[in-house]
Amino acid sequence: MAKRLDVSDLDIYYDKFLAVQGVSMTIEPRSVTALIGPSGCGKSTFLRTLNRMHELVPNARVEGKVMMDEEDLYGPNVDPVRVRRHVGMVFQRPNPFPTMSVYDNVAAGLKLNNKRMKRSDMDELVERSLRSANLWDEVKDRLNRPGSGLSGGQQQRLCIARAIAVQPDVLLMDEPCSALDPISTGAIEDLIVELKRDYTIVIVTHNMQQAQRISDTTGFFNLKAIGEPGALVEIDATTKIFTNPGNTATEDYVSGRFG
Amino acid sequence: MTSLTKTPTPQDLPAVSDVPLTHGSLPRRAAPLTLLGSVLAGLLLFVLDWSPAWCALLAAAGYTLTVYLWSRRVEGSRKATDRVVTAIVTSAFLLALLPLVSVLITVVGKGLARFDATFFTNSMRGVVGEGGGVHHAIMGTLIITGLAALISVPVGILTAIYLVEYGRGRLARYITFFVDVMTGIPSIVAGLFAYALFELFYGPGVRMGIMGAVALSVLMIPIVVRATEEMLKLVPNELREAAFALAVPKWLTILKVVLPTALAGIATGVTLAIARVIGETAPLLIAVGITTGDNFDPFDGRMATLSVFSYYEYVSPGVPPEPSLDRAWSAAFLLIIIVMALNLVARLVSRLFAPKTRA
Repeated sequence: MAKRLDVSDLDIYYDKFLAVQGVSMTIEPRSVTALIGPSGCGKSTFLRTLNRMHELVPNARVEGKVMMDEEDLYGPNVDPVRVRRHVGMVFQRPNPFPTMSVYDNVAAGLKLNNKRMKRSDMDELVERSLRSANLWDEVKDRLNRPGSGLSGGQQQRLCIARAIAVQPDVLLMDEPCSALDPISTGAIEDLIVELKRDYTIVIVTHNMQQAQRISDTTGFFNLKAIGEPGALVEIDATTKIFTNPGNTATEDYVSGRFG
Repeated sequence: MTSLTKTPTPQDLPAVSDVPLTHGSLPRRAAPLTLLGSVLAGLLLFVLDWSPAWCALLAAAGYTLTVYLWSRRVEGSRKATDRVVTAIVTSAFLLALLPLVSVLITVVGKGLARFDATFFTNSMRGVVGEGGGVHHAIMGTLIITGLAALISVPVGILTAIYLVEYGRGRLARYITFFVDVMTGIPSIVAGLFAYALFELFYGPGVRMGIMGAVALSVLMIPIVVRATEEMLKLVPNELREAAFALAVPKWLTILKVVLPTALAGIATGVTLAIARVIGETAPLLIAVGITTGDNFDPFDGRMATLSVFSYYEYVSPGVPPEPSLDRAWSAAFLLIIIVMALNLVARLVSRLFAPKTRA
């Protein structure tokens, strides 16, 4: 459970286009790392390299190293599908499977992989995951209803339950609250803070208050210049980034004086 | 202020106070009454022995012109254009409906004559003149179309999966192109292809049900590919990513997430493709021929099908011709019923398999 990620000199390409250059950072286990920065600077692209989702885009590739504890995620003979078994992901828009019930959505990680499991064990796993996602009390009476019938905030928590049901080591979140109202956002933020006891969490967000509220470490991404690749400008403890950043670009961005 | 020189000066535009918020409108019943008048005028011409086509055309044109000029005077040009376009679109719709209605009325009227029990239970073996039935042709149509579906549905769906989920680069482009080409193949060419193919193995003059099925699949595969492709493209990429993020391999993602999500559309597309080929005549005429008795073995000799049966009863009727012609119409009517039933099934299927949001 909860592994450390160590990224060194990571260059991310879309075909010949260098999107993100020279990222090095350490992501501590059992902590929340927030990635902030203007749109198009490569935060999400970087996030997707951490579970090898990036290479689903044709001709996309990376150079550099991403170590998860002692293993290189991009080493030879590493199977991307197995990487994703260890590194789960929650997306910007809630995406429960429309053909499946609430129950089946949570169990999807096992059922889609044809894993056999005793009914009682499966029930227990689904309940535990839904409880961890603070959703159990709201859906326990309608586990067999379609997952897409829930509200947006509930759907997103369902997706989080689905992601943690397979018990990953790391949980990636790509702007998980940007499609939600403040109440649902609050619920998910509380959930993230609870989840960091067991998981390593990396979250991309545009909401700087959110980064301040929930993260321990904050990384600021920016484009070096128009037409240049994005890069990690600075990463440090969240309080330091928001009160006394080491870089003027960071200070301009977090204080709203960007550009 | 120099940048504003190109915008119209106040003198070019009417003062805002001169543009009223209301405008005149035609009396409430004006348009329906004009329409009634034009229709009556058309009927009058019809009574005066004009051809019905001219009557309808003149009535439509008369209505459109009257309403346009009237509306333009009273309501202004935007409303008038609106009325003209409404009239034109409605006429086009009625025109498109005309052949359908005409065919339905004719076929139902003439086809009902022989809708009796004998028609459905007997074959044509030993029948000269009255009586006889299409039991053999119904079974033949079902067997041959069923076999065609059995061939084309897997090929079509797998091709579409390749094109949408895997196909990159040249091969995928070629396949798309040739699927497009296949859509345009005349059905008789498909029949000739099947004949030529089987002649290689069985020698000249060969006729078998399976040949008809092969010919029909040539016509059916591109329809299935197209329909399935469109449906697979509609599956949001987010669902695929969600499955990948759960460490589900690609083939399982396609099998268990993408296909079930698109199932309703695919099933509808397949049903409509079957409906499309079930009435084909030309390829079956070449590849399967016709027979008077029951032959339900698609790998052995000629079989009867509804469309070919209908054709032969019409081109080579007995003496007197009436019983044959009645049978031809009834067979055609039966085909229409089958196609309509398939369309209804398609709708039902799409409703049953659609992902439910509320339940």
